[in-house]
Parts: sequence; C-alpha cells; structure tokens
Amino acid sequence: MADQTLPISGSVDVTPPHAAAGTFLERLHGWVVTVDHKKLGILYVVYSLIFLLVGGAEALAIRIQLMIPGNHFLTAATYNQFFTMHGTTMVFLVGMPILFGFANYLVPLMIGARDMAFPRLNAFSFWLTALGGLLLYFSFIGGPGLYGMGAAPDVGWFAYAPLTAHVFSPGNGTDYWALALIVSGFGTLGTAINIVATIISMRCKGMSLLRMPLFAWLMLVVSALTLVTITPLTAAQFMLLIDRYLGGHFFDTQAGGSALVWIHFFWIFGHPEVYVLVLPAFAIANEIIPVFSRKAIFGYPAMVAASVGIAFVSLGVWAHHMFTVGMTSVSNAFFVLSTMLVGIPTGIKIFNWLATMWGGKIRFATPMLYCTAFVFQFLIAGLTGIILSVAPWDWQLHNSYFVIAHFHYVLVGAIVFNIFAAIYYWYPKVTGRMMSERLGKWNFWLFLIGFHVTFDTMHFLGFLGMPRSIYTYEPNRGWNGLNMVVSIGAFIQGVAALIFVYNLVWSYFHGEVAGNDPWDAWTLEWATPSPPPDYNFATDPEVKSRRPLWDLKHPDDPDWKYE
Amino acid sequence: MSAIPTVPELQDQPWHLPSRGRIGMLSLIIGESAIFTIFVVAYVFYIGKSLSGPTPGQVLEVPIFNTICLLSSSITIWLAERRIERNEIKAFGLWWGVTIALGVVFLVGTGLEWYKLIYHDGLTISTNLFGTTFYSLVGLHATHVVIGLAMLLLVLVFTLMGRVTEHHAERIQVLALYWHFVDAVWVVVFTVVYIVGR
Ligand SMILES: [Cu+2]
Repeated sequence: MADQTLPISGSVDVTPPHAAAGTFLERLHGWVVTVDHKKLGILYVVYSLIFLLVGGAEALAIRIQLMIPGNHFLTAATYNQFFTMHGTTMVFLVGMPILFGFANYLVPLMIGARDMAFPRLNAFSFWLTALGGLLLYFSFIGGPGLYGMGAAPDVGWFAYAPLTAHVFSPGNGTDYWALALIVSGFGTLGTAINIVATIISMRCKGMSLLRMPLFAWLMLVVSALTLVTITPLTAAQFMLLIDRYLGGHFFDTQAGGSALVWIHFFWIFGHPEVYVLVLPAFAIANEIIPVFSRKAIFGYPAMVAASVGIAFVSLGVWAHHMFTVGMTSVSNAFFVLSTMLVGIPTGIKIFNWLATMWGGKIRFATPMLYCTAFVFQFLIAGLTGIILSVAPWDWQLHNSYFVIAHFHYVLVGAIVFNIFAAIYYWYPKVTGRMMSERLGKWNFWLFLIGFHVTFDTMHFLGFLGMPRSIYTYEPNRGWNGLNMVVSIGAFIQGVAALIFVYNLVWSYFHGEVAGNDPWDAWTLEWATPSPPPDYNFATDPEVKSRRPLWDLKHPDDPDWKYE
Repeated sequence: MSAIPTVPELQDQPWHLPSRGRIGMLSLIIGESAIFTIFVVAYVFYIGKSLSGPTPGQVLEVPIFNTICLLSSSITIWLAERRIERNEIKAFGLWWGVTIALGVVFLVGTGLEWYKLIYHDGLTISTNLFGTTFYSLVGLHATHVVIGLAMLLLVLVFTLMGRVTEHHAERIQVLALYWHFVDAVWVVVFTVVYIVGR
C-alpha cells in the first residue's frame, strides 16, 4: 500500500513556508483575491465570529437593560434597534455564514475534491455576504433617520407589516435591513448552489452517495433546502422595497393589501431557516460523536433518511408561528400535526447518537463535551417545541419569554454548542495546532452553566407572562428576581465566549503541534497535512467504504467487507 | 508524508458524475422557481382585491404574438444546441441569432404593452393592487429575459469572433437550460395574468 500513498513527483509544493508567506500586503492581497475553498471557509468563519461577538454584545446590552425594572440603560428606541439587530445578526451574519464556512472548508476535503465546483462563484458569494453584513451595520451611522440620526432597523427580525410601511417606519433603517438581507441572500444562494454542485459532481472515485461522510450528506440536504428557503425571503423583501419606494400595495392594508401575506411569506422562509441552521449542527455531531465514541455512526441510512425527511416536513409547518393571527381550525389542526411530525425524524437522530455512544469507549475531549451537551439540550428544545406546537397552548404562550427560551435552546443550546465543538475539533486541521484543552474545559463548563442559568430560567418568565420585545417592566409583576438571574447567566456566557476567543488566539501561537490526524479520525480531511496544501490531495484519493482512514489504518479488518 | 487512501481495484473502473454546470444551473432554477412562486402566489391571492380601477378585464389584452415568439425561441435555441454538438458553427450562430431576435421581439412587445397601460390606461405600479402585482410579476419575468438576452448576446459575439467550437457545447447547453426556464415561467405567468386573472 505504501507506494500508492506517495504523491506524484512535482505535484507537491516544496516552497519553504517563509518564502511563500511574502510581505503583509502581499498576504492580505492573497486573502482578498483568493478563490481557494479553504481560505474562503476561514474568511466565512472569522467574519461570523466577529459578528458573533457583536451580536453577543447587543444581547448583553439587552440583558443589562432588563436586569432591573424601570431601568434607563437603553432608551425604548435603542432597545428596539438592539433586539432587531441582535436577531438579524445572529441568524444572517453568524449562523448561516459560519455553517457555510464549515461546509466550504470541509466538504471538498471530505469528498476527496481539490476545490468547490465553482471557485470564483464561491469567492463572489462570500464577498456578497460580507457586503450584506457591512450594509446592515452601516445603518447605525449612515441611515439618516427621522431627525438625521443614524437609524438601525428597529422593526424586529421578522419585520411584520404594516409596521414596515413608510408611514410607520420613516427613515432608512428598514431599507438597510431589506437591502442587506437581499444582498447576503444572493450570497447564500450562490454558496448553496456551489455546495450542491460540489457534492453531486466532484466526489472522488468510489465515493458513492451512500459512502459520503454524513457531514457532506447533511450539507447537501441543507443546501438544497436553502435553495427554496432563502429565495422566498428575497422575493418578499423585493415586495417590501416596491411598497416602500415605488408606492406599491403588497402589504398596504389601506389599498386592499394584506399584512397577513407578509407573515406567511416570512415564515415560509423563517421556519425552514431553523433547519438550515440546525442541520449543519447535526452534521457536526455526526462526525464528532463517532470519533470520540470510537464507533462507527449507528444507523447511517436512517440518519440520511431522517435528514431528508426533516427537510421536506420543515417546508410544511410554517404557520405554527401564526396560531394567534386567527386561522381556521382546519389550518390550525394541519399545522399542529405537521409540526409534531418533525418530532419523528429528529427523535430517530437522537436515538442514533445515543446508540453510537452506547457501549463506546468515550473520550470526553472538549469537542465531545459540547456534542454531548448538544444532544440533551436539543432534546429539551424539541420537547418545548412540541409543547408550543399545540395551538391552544401557543395561544397562551405566544410571544412570551417561553418562546424566546425555546428557540434559544435550539439556536444556542444546539447550534452554538456544536459550532464550538466544530471549532475545537477542526482547528488542528486548519491551523496545524491543537486548541488548549484546559481553556477548552473552562470554556465549556462556564458556557454550559451560563446557558442553563439564562435559558432554563427564561421558560419561567414566559409562564409568568413576560412578553418578548418589551424594553422595561414594572417592579410589581413578579419578574424581578428571574430577570436578574437571566442576566447573570448571560454574563457567564459572555465570559466563556471571551475565554474561547483567547483560546483561539493563544493556541494559534502556542498550541501543541497537531500533526495530520490528532483525533485518530476516519474521514478524508485527516489524510491531508495540517493545514492542507492548496491542492488538498497530491493524488486523487479513492475510497471503498464510509471510513477510508479506518481501512487504511486497519488493512486486516477494513470496513468495506461489511458495508 | 500524508497518507492518501487509494484502492488498486478501483483504478480501472469508470467513475462518472453528472456535469457540475448542469447541476449548478438546475439548482439556480430551483431557487428562482421559489422566487417566482412567491410572486405568483401574491398575484393570485390579490386577484380582484383592488379597491379601485382599472381592472385587468378593462385594460389587459392577451399578448398572443409575443407569447408565440418567446415560446418558439425555445425551439430555435434547441436547434442551435444540436448544431453546436455537431460543430456546425454557422448554423449554430444562425439559430442562436434567431433566438435572440425572438427574445428582443418579446421584450419590445412587453414595452409596448406597458406604454399603453401607463399612458393610455393610467395604470402604474402604485395605482392599485392590480398594478403592483402585475408590474412586479411581469417585470420580474422581463428582468430574467433581459439577463438571458445579455448572456445570449455574449455567446453570439464570441461566435462571430470565431471563438466558439464544439468544446463549448456543454456550457452553451447549460445557458440554454436557463433560457428554457425563462420560457417555461412565461407559460405560468401568461396563464395566471392573462387567463385566470382576467
Ligand atoms: Cu417554526
């Protein structure tokens, strides 16, 4: 076997590293003009992490304001801007770009390709996304509002009509919001097309669809889902701009238009969007849990089927966000049942992860800690989701902090936890150095404690009737203590996030040298040097099973005999 | 040295994957279909909900000639696709040029229709709900025709410069896929706007 793993002579870059580096300007130029999927992947992730800190700071400002009743830390107007920007930032400038960043970096490596299907489209998509983010934040300084002040959008992340009409939202805040999301939406569409084409058309020899790592499978599902998810939002945003700029009447109730149409269009995007965000988190767990349990993933075909199933079902549940607008009981019943249906494929997944861990030789390194917490937190998030899917229950709790707690359990408890897991897991591949485990443990436990202090408590605020989006409350409502606890938890999470950033930077310079395969993993990206060279693979790999590196390490007992 | 797995037995087996161009274009078409679906749904939902005139029945004329032009351009581009496969560049250029001409006729027809609606019937995008949904949907489609024509023209210029050969057949067919999509969308728009909505 040995001679076949040697690279073809002349195909390997033998330039000494310091000669390749160049001056600072040359390197910067290299990053700006790059079409390499790995560099673009890193750009996506760094861009998202910066906005994660920004969005996190906004959340902290919100929590300071709500810490005590009658607080004057933020004005009502600023508070509206902050929660709008927090939501928009976290979904569009953090969640999607970071997960597409992981896909960008990892999918070609995992399927044995040298780059994405369309490298230039890839760069174009990233810069569109980046422009969208800048456009959104430029509104703070550049959108002359009512009194010539900077005017960030303040209509909530779902921007319900008719609040977005010119009469109710003068100034340009709403326009920045719509334009930023249209621009970054096209970036997202470009990346989704690219990932689909890469996975279908660029797989190495022997990598049949059912031999792909589950990460690649889920990214295929996510990208296909993105094609029909982000586009309805883009269409609705165009309608909004037509209303605002050309005097159209799509959402203008005075001229026969309907505010309900916007709500439908928004959630036709908004619900599948949750799955666009959470399926990549599943994808990460699918890679990490087997490696740290020292077992192949349990129920691979079931995992694939469940993912495809989730994608399809998620397209037919959007109106569970709309039980309180007054639909017919038939539609209510339909959306209650379709929403509950999502519980079946997600349940299958949770059982499969547990079955993968069951009897395994589990090693609780930081990535595995995060993934383990993810499984249980996602279970709870799913259960509160099923509670909320019951229409009468939703009538009671709609737009209360119970809903906020539920979806933050998904977005933070599942997605952010797995984003951390992924960074701890693949950082050695990207930089060549391990992240500090000691700091990693601090990071994990503080974040875990902060998370539960904040979001477990928030459920009770919801039961006690505290509505979302209010900038302050009266002291006699019985919400004081709980709000204080929620805010304290938020600050614990903030400290954990700072430790994480410190760990990222510290490990880059002082981390232990990782080598090619520090976790003894099985997918193709670990067959390349860390960091991988520009061309990824000197010779095109060929695979015979789902775990090509297992086959390589255990020629006496290869997987392909059993698949 | 990195260990890249290779499997000796696999080396002589053929390994065919779909063309990335086609998959990419099909993905774009799926995404675009979702955009059109939203606009079509809005159009259908708002049929007859305008609070003031003019109504579609009063002002819209069925653009039969336009429709025939656009739909037949799908046939001519198909003929061009077959020619480029066989490296008959002249014939390819001819059919490609006819396709562009038909597309331009369609656009001019839409322009004339809009001119009449705006200056004779007083219907603009802000007049009523019908105006808003009509100009948005038909305009969205016309925008796609313009983008398609720009790309078709680019190919025509390269053809006239003698740069197009049969090696480009696949790329040209991928582009043609987009044009077929634009034509297919017109069938939906036509049905919704000029048949159902009138
Ligand atoms: Cu939902």
